[in-house]
Amino acid sequence: MTHIDTTIASLREKHMHAIEQIISFRDETTLLVSAGALLHICRDLRYDPALGYSVLADLAAVDYHPQRPRFAVAYLLHALKHNARLRLRVLLPGREPRLPSVTGLWPAAEWPEREAFDLMGIEFTGHPDLRRILMPADWEGHPLRKDYALGYEEVQFSFNWREIDLRKDYAQE
Amino acid sequence: MGAEQKLGNLGIVTTTLETVVNWGRTGAMWPMLFGLACCAIEMIATQAASYDVSRFGMELMRASPRQSDLMIVAGRVSRKMAPVLRRLYDQMPEPKWVLAMGDCASCSGVFNNYALVQGVDEIVPVDVYVAGCPPRPEALIDGILKLHEKVRGESITRWA
Amino acid sequence: MNQVREFEGTVDELKTLFGDRAAGGETMVLNLGPQHPSTHGVLRLMLELDGEEVVRCRPDIGFLHTGIEKNMEAKTFLKALVMTDRMDYLNNLGNNLTYCLAVEKLCGIDVPERAQVIRVLCAELQRISSHLVWLGTSAMDLNASSILIYCFRDRERLLDIFELIGGQRMMTSYVRPGGVWRDLPEEFVPAVEAFLEYLPGKLADYERLLTRNPLFLRRTVDVGIIAADEALARGMTGASLRGSGVNFDVRRAAPYCGYEHYDFDVPLEDGCDVYARYRVRMREFHQSMRIISQALARLQPGAVMTDDRRFAPPPRSALGRSMEALIHHFKYWTEGFTAPQGEVYQPTESPRGELGCYLVGDGGAQPARVHFRTPSFHNLQSLAHMSEGHLVADLVAIIGSIDIVLGDVDR
Repeated sequence: MTHIDTTIASLREKHMHAIEQIISFRDETTLLVSAGALLHICRDLRYDPALGYSVLADLAAVDYHPQRPRFAVAYLLHALKHNARLRLRVLLPGREPRLPSVTGLWPAAEWPEREAFDLMGIEFTGHPDLRRILMPADWEGHPLRKDYALGYEEVQFSFNWREIDLRKDYAQE
Repeated sequence: MGAEQKLGNLGIVTTTLETVVNWGRTGAMWPMLFGLACCAIEMIATQAASYDVSRFGMELMRASPRQSDLMIVAGRVSRKMAPVLRRLYDQMPEPKWVLAMGDCASCSGVFNNYALVQGVDEIVPVDVYVAGCPPRPEALIDGILKLHEKVRGESITRWA
Repeated sequence: MNQVREFEGTVDELKTLFGDRAAGGETMVLNLGPQHPSTHGVLRLMLELDGEEVVRCRPDIGFLHTGIEKNMEAKTFLKALVMTDRMDYLNNLGNNLTYCLAVEKLCGIDVPERAQVIRVLCAELQRISSHLVWLGTSAMDLNASSILIYCFRDRERLLDIFELIGGQRMMTSYVRPGGVWRDLPEEFVPAVEAFLEYLPGKLADYERLLTRNPLFLRRTVDVGIIAADEALARGMTGASLRGSGVNFDVRRAAPYCGYEHYDFDVPLEDGCDVYARYRVRMREFHQSMRIISQALARLQPGAVMTDDRRFAPPPRSALGRSMEALIHHFKYWTEGFTAPQGEVYQPTESPRGELGCYLVGDGGAQPARVHFRTPSFHNLQSLAHMSEGHLVADLVAIIGSIDIVLGDVDR
């Protein structure tokens, strides 16, 4: 039995209802968990000596707009001693997406959670310092959301060069 | 003609004030250390031994804007960095010139999106644009030499 | 000028981030601003200083945020590759490799053997190039400025090699999904062999200048200590982690591109300080050279691009003769190939640590979500922990030893 199988068996015992789906794709395992049970599952994964997922490799937020539920946060966990990687995915609603912060379990989550808040607008309750990290502090909106425009500037080709040049806001001095 | 020949033998040259001032300005134009991203690495390579830019009087890269003449904007300028760039430009004493190094400084290059200022000439007036992603050190030196040519042709009233 | 907003909120930052001692004036808050010669890029550090000692250090990042992840969602898989070079701009081929491995994992593309060996060569040459910049800049921060000139001189040889294979010195985009762009020219192997003969002597010179230099030792030993469990808890990876004694290297833990067939050591040191991290990286030079010479021996003639025509462009020689090849070329470069629905995560070992690409496909020709787990972003979180209690001058040494690249931090 691989470490992933041990993990799934152990989680199934304690959190039967919380694991919504187990996806295995290209030798990677993803567990779809419910938001309410996330912290309990993470605590088991982190502190259970048989499981030992001591490293949070990454935390990524995904926007599935216009599908519902809209958001997902993926936690990429790594059990160093057993050399096993596991992904937890939590689906969140589009209106007021909120999750408990895992910085108490893995301090490495501090900046990735700030980034998910900054770029996707997902709130992490219990985070020590939740504010914008990559965008300026007074920026409005969450850029990585699918309904946020790319901010594409019209490209100047030779046929429209003159008219764009007249409109463009050059610095004079 | 006769006067200059005779004076030339004595080691005296006649010229205009403008020419002398501009020659002095190009002789030791100190760039400000404003490397932002990948172009900064090529700028450091230009500074290093293989493409030595101190041949043109620029061996000192001053970190302080108060002591520099040329701001080489090497790299992409994000919206968060834009006020910093403008403030540093304002802190440079005149005469000052700006060289937009690379595609990102000239026109934001590959990145046509929300996060970058689309060309640094929206914030500061640029004198020379150097294309490339990143421009080779030879291209940067070519840009610097073009800037020197431009400065040599400047009127004395520009910075008066 | 309407988009240039003035810096606001510095006084508020003081109150919320630093507490009463700073607001009361007992300690000084110093802004090691985004433009600073020793911060290796546009990193802003807000330091609370008690005299010269750092009481608290708060990094403020985002000054190089380029919106790469969102911009990649707007391009096809192949065209988005160009943006990955510019992320960690000292590890261009490594970034390309991470992204291409993720795309290949998602789409199920097989890469031929010769392309895998070439990829290993590229990754290790890039590692040496990146470590040369690290050595030059961090030694220059400690005022050994001639090392900068020496390292950049050696790096020029590597850049000539990259120009041989990819056409450009830095942003080559040479590693493509399915293989590499084109086969190696015949000057490549002699050039690399000449470089492998040239470099060890130079590295021995730099070691002679630094490793037992009492000034260097005074500035680096017992500075910036982070214990192994603290480092792991804060998500540190790479040479910085190996300097604290943790044996974790992605090339060993999750081998890619055939790394399991190469014989190399993973350097480890116990010191947990700046000096240990310096020793680890100096030893990594030699291990990279070992891998390169083994890879050169493993180079066999063969294809360098997958023969799965959905993902590989047609050979240019066919374009003049075959209508189907022309149509295929056109559709490949305009519409691109589609990926199945699913998500993958591909880690690799960049010179800075674990670089991972989390790629979500939705059946279309554009990535639905690309997220890069960049090592510098996670390593920088530990800066606050490592620098408390040290002097400002030590802070500069610590930043140099973590080896951050701001393009990697901010993306």
